Amino acid sequence: MSIFQSLIRKEVLHLLRDFRTITVVLVMPVVLLLLFGFAISTEVNNIKVVAVVEQHTDETKQIIDRFRNNSYFTFEGIVPYHEVESILRKGRADAAIVFRTEDGKLSHQIIVDASNTNLALTSTTYLESVICSATGIPVVTNTLYNPQLKSAYNFVPGIMGMIFILICAMMTSVSIVSEKETGTMNLLLVSPVRPWTIIFGKLVPYFLLSCIILILVLVLSYTVLGLPFSFSVINVIWVTILYVILALALGLLISTIASTQVSALLVSGVMFMIPVVLLSGMIFPVENMPLALQWLSCIIPARWYISAMRVLMVQQLPIGYVLTEILVLSGMTLAVLVLAIKKFNAKK
Amino acid sequence: MAKEIVISVKDLTKKFGSFTAVDHLTLQVRRGEIFGFLGANGAGKTTAMRMLCGLSFPTSGSGTVAGYDILRQAEEIKRHIGYMSQKFSLYENLTVWENLNLFATIYGMSAKSIREKTDAAFKTLGMENMRNVPVKEIPLGWKQKLAFTAATLHSPDVVFLDEPTGGVDPSTRRKFWEMIYRASSEGMTVFVTTHYLDEAEYCNRISIMVDGRIKALDSPEGLKRQYLAGTMDEVFRIVAKDAKRGD
Amino acid sequence: MKNAIDIQGLTKRYGKLVALDHVSLSISEGSLFGLIGPDGAGKTTLYQILTTLLSPDEGSATVMGLDVVKDYRKLRTEIGYMPEKFSLYPDLTVDENLHFFASLFGVNVKDNFDLIAPIFDQLQKFPNRRAGALSGGMKQKLALGCALIHRPKVLLLDEPTTGVDAVSRSEFWGMLATLREKGITILVSTSYMDEAERCERIALINKGRILDVDTPGRLIEGLDKNLYNASSKDMYPLLETLRTLPDVKDCYTFGATLHVVTNDDFNPDDAICKLRQEGLEDARIWPAKGNIEDLFIKLAKDDG
Repeated sequence: MSIFQSLIRKEVLHLLRDFRTITVVLVMPVVLLLLFGFAISTEVNNIKVVAVVEQHTDETKQIIDRFRNNSYFTFEGIVPYHEVESILRKGRADAAIVFRTEDGKLSHQIIVDASNTNLALTSTTYLESVICSATGIPVVTNTLYNPQLKSAYNFVPGIMGMIFILICAMMTSVSIVSEKETGTMNLLLVSPVRPWTIIFGKLVPYFLLSCIILILVLVLSYTVLGLPFSFSVINVIWVTILYVILALALGLLISTIASTQVSALLVSGVMFMIPVVLLSGMIFPVENMPLALQWLSCIIPARWYISAMRVLMVQQLPIGYVLTEILVLSGMTLAVLVLAIKKFNAKK
Repeated sequence: MAKEIVISVKDLTKKFGSFTAVDHLTLQVRRGEIFGFLGANGAGKTTAMRMLCGLSFPTSGSGTVAGYDILRQAEEIKRHIGYMSQKFSLYENLTVWENLNLFATIYGMSAKSIREKTDAAFKTLGMENMRNVPVKEIPLGWKQKLAFTAATLHSPDVVFLDEPTGGVDPSTRRKFWEMIYRASSEGMTVFVTTHYLDEAEYCNRISIMVDGRIKALDSPEGLKRQYLAGTMDEVFRIVAKDAKRGD
Repeated sequence: MKNAIDIQGLTKRYGKLVALDHVSLSISEGSLFGLIGPDGAGKTTLYQILTTLLSPDEGSATVMGLDVVKDYRKLRTEIGYMPEKFSLYPDLTVDENLHFFASLFGVNVKDNFDLIAPIFDQLQKFPNRRAGALSGGMKQKLALGCALIHRPKVLLLDEPTTGVDAVSRSEFWGMLATLREKGITILVSTSYMDEAERCERIALINKGRILDVDTPGRLIEGLDKNLYNASSKDMYPLLETLRTLPDVKDCYTFGATLHVVTNDDFNPDDAICKLRQEGLEDARIWPAKGNIEDLFIKLAKDDG
């Protein structure tokens, strides 16, 4: 067996023996995808509505019927105006619509329980659109690429951006640092094995593991979560592989800085997890951030990757539309790799 | 030397499933005695010591440590003993004084007596100028002395030392034994495990544990006479020769 | 005889700390050479330079004629290194560890089996046990096996027996003797003085400097002069009192007795009288035989 093969075999054995970690690594992406895809959704269902009607007309009846028949709403009945506040407060309804008729013209007022801002904003939009369509003032809203505004579409790229940084950067750095801690790294270094071989012996197994996870994530996204499948999936794979290599290089870089497994975990956690979640646009859109943070987000690889994934997976545009992202990611990969190898080779 | 018995256990046994880690341990240790607790790797020393310290509950058997029942008064035992392990459980980022103060406070000492005791300790150790130095910056030998001081500041009846000199060079070990002699001359019972058989000679009495049982128990001279051996090293080799466990 | 290891004026600094201070040392081929010194004396630094893990700031060193800086790649195939801490993969089995290290050097476990056969006989009982689950003594033997797998010409062992029980230690030294007979040069560091006496030659090292190099026998020559044993039931008061006596240069604990280093004017009978006056009725003083440890204490003390 060649040295390289035997290094890889050793790494695979480590992974297989560390049953807990490998389970977490394989189960985590699935759980995250399903959680964000189904349980945690920004879509609003079953908005409980009450109505206050000063003067019943055909128009008001028509609108109320629409609410009754709409699956997004549960119509809780018609109530007197003075009870609205207490009904909202008790949570028996999420929103109330007040219909007034002045000079034969219908006007309406919407009162929403805004203790949950997201819910309030979304329900207001829904309410408006139902009322407007009934009153004959047409508003044409056309959502492209994600017509049902499914939140899964939004989260899949984000989760991928997070998972690969987590697995590649964190696991490679921890596994290299643990060899430093046990002293086996010294034994490897005093053997005739070249440092390059040691590095690749570490990177390749985690690269392969990432590929398995990528397949898992893609299969789940296109089947269970119902993302539209097209040939742009090839581009998705290419860009992801680039991102994985970048993450591996980052892991290597951390391992040259950290001296204990705990510090490796902390560094990768603080340096990657938090910025990825907060600044990459996974949860909060980059465009809404203060300018300084927008600038800061530029140095976060996940921001570029996630934005590329949105274009490729959700919009399914050709690869030409994400050239900037690819260029930035390639540049980062090159810089980090050079830096990491330089630091790794540095003799004390 | 007072003849008061400080540790007295009878038929102490600890089983982990079908594995008997400690098998009917019976021994008595007097006040002020330095008792060496020897055994090959895996003989059950650590398990036995944990039971004596009230950290682990015996499967069967009974006994008292510092006058408290190991079955029913584990908490009382912990208050009246000191414990120091191989790893010198000190907080590396705290200063010398902060470490001592912390351990003393844990044992419920008053601020006044902490000040008196630490002042005295710094003086005898010659560490007055190191008071405010973080522990991670002091040499290993000092750390070891400091750990011993931390374990004995509350004047416990018994101090348990679990391989206190592991990985420490001879001259440092020697100074450490001087501290043990002092503690013993002040009436503290010292219960110590070690790998260094030359150190066994420092003890008043020693026991050698093999496969969970005590195979030999006497003074170092007594053992050497009994096994017709010149050094403790030979004694140990003869006694531990048939050990099945560990390897 | 040729030298397996040649060290000339080797110096290594960490910031202000001088870990090695112009160390020069020659170790002849096929010898069992001991490096004796306290923690922080610079032993591990010396090992790391010889194993090419560190580069020296000044001076040079060769192992089997190969320079540790220039010929480091070739040198690595000639040495077997066992670091101070157990450094194998605890989650791999005995067999997997052996095969892994064999493959690093491009050899088969079978190729050099004769060398590790005595070790392997014992490890064979559990080839599928994880290395982490072995006892201290067995770990040590496995580590030695892994260091020998490529039939190195020089074995570099950094405190191989620390934390191992006496029986295993003794077996370990038996194995070293066998290896030496097969022509392997062994440089071993230890803090056990009894082990020092099993080496052909030893170097005493303290604070980065070599204090003395010779055979153990010749080193302790002349040490018995002015060295006494002292004992009493109450050791601590005895120690304190002896230290106050004018002709006593040094007094330290030494197992069952105390060792007393004195100047030429010391008279044991006078001393006993004084001790009796101090209430140490059973105090006894008689001449002692010095060993490496006494020498070490003396040298370390002279060294400041």
